[in-house]
Amino acid sequence: MNAENLIYTLNVNGTDREVKDSWVGESLLYVLRERLDLPGSKGACEQGECGSCTVLLDDDAVCSCLVMAATAVDSTITTVEGLISDTVMGETARTISDVQAAFVTEGAVQCGFCTPGLIVAVHHLLDKNPSPSDIEVKEAISGNICRCTGYGRIFAAVNAVIESRGKIQK
Amino acid sequence: MTVTVATNLADALAALRATPEARLLQGGTDTMVEINFNHYKPEHIVALRKVEELRSFSIQEDKGEIFIGSGVPYQTLENDPFLTLLPALAQASRTVGSPQIRAAGSLGGNLGTCSPAGDGLPVLSALDAIVHLRSVDDSRDVLFHDFMTGVKRNTRKPDEIITGVTVPILNGFQGYSKVGVRNAMVISVASACLAVDKATAQVRLALGAVGPTIIRCRDTEQWLSAQVDVTASVFSNAAAKEFGRRAALEARPIDDHRSTAEYRRHAISVLAERLLLKANS
Repeated sequence: MNAENLIYTLNVNGTDREVKDSWVGESLLYVLRERLDLPGSKGACEQGECGSCTVLLDDDAVCSCLVMAATAVDSTITTVEGLISDTVMGETARTISDVQAAFVTEGAVQCGFCTPGLIVAVHHLLDKNPSPSDIEVKEAISGNICRCTGYGRIFAAVNAVIESRGKIQK
Repeated sequence: MTVTVATNLADALAALRATPEARLLQGGTDTMVEINFNHYKPEHIVALRKVEELRSFSIQEDKGEIFIGSGVPYQTLENDPFLTLLPALAQASRTVGSPQIRAAGSLGGNLGTCSPAGDGLPVLSALDAIVHLRSVDDSRDVLFHDFMTGVKRNTRKPDEIITGVTVPILNGFQGYSKVGVRNAMVISVASACLAVDKATAQVRLALGAVGPTIIRCRDTEQWLSAQVDVTASVFSNAAAKEFGRRAALEARPIDDHRSTAEYRRHAISVLAERLLLKANS
């Protein structure tokens, strides 16, 4: 790759990533998955209905299928891959986040396709509002469609995180 | 294809003047769907999401009005101060898509697309909003009623950017209701915005998704003003029923993939009746 092929640079999960040899109108979802080797965000509806492509763009949870990647320059993008902690208590590690762990232990994952989007949406909710009401949780994930679980175990996982984060604060 | 990511309004206007055929991109929730489904292949994009001037609002207490930048996202409009000052706008904003869509979508996008099902538009109609447009060397203000001319048609010129809207802060009940196939993540099958303006003794009613434009029910409004003292805001069940019936007659719905004309007309009669009953003080 020479410099002439450089089209634009995105800051993804704390790293500047060059997007090369691509059509400049591509969606952020496509660029993440096909250009930057980050397949965690899923593509399903491609019209903002399902939430499986949810990422954090600056301070907002958005559908990456509805963001033109080239317009996300000078922004901070966090995908589900970026929620993995590289260090735990100063030690180098690759560990899953508390939200991801709660989804596992509460059995909130069945086919798993919606899970990355839900994980990002729940992180976004709980970072802004550490003790949401049931209705606030429902509204926060109303844009993330799951056809397997019936949502019961997802709410259980969210409640488990609320409880554990509350204990840590105390 | 070119993509210009403007960081201020002057740059955005200059880019648009240079390529007036460019598509303006705000939140992307309409345009990116067209691109993803291969319904549209852009030649030039002028992206506005980094234009801070479009993302601010200001409350002008002395004039009793609020300026809302075209890029202010719905997630801002659904909360205070809008919840208190413009409750119908806050309610309508909260019904738009999902939290992800409300983080991206804006009134500017609703106005640019001008779909009759745009949830912000009945509110702008009921409030007699003024739409502000700018080009490199000109600026003009248009009543919303004169701005939207048809399904996805408006009077924006190719080199103009919608900078925002000005809406009045009214004294009186406001409400927005819509019917869709489920509670969340739904595009309107029929919607209605009712705003009471005690200062002019007016009840204003605007309908969405039941005609080529947003429909202001002027005949129904006038009928009501002749029947009851709007400043007292006491509306009987019988008056509300007749209000709904008349509003449904002013609707011009069609059959399409989302619903039927018959159901839409019925929905409007119910929405208008219920909104007026809610306006009872």
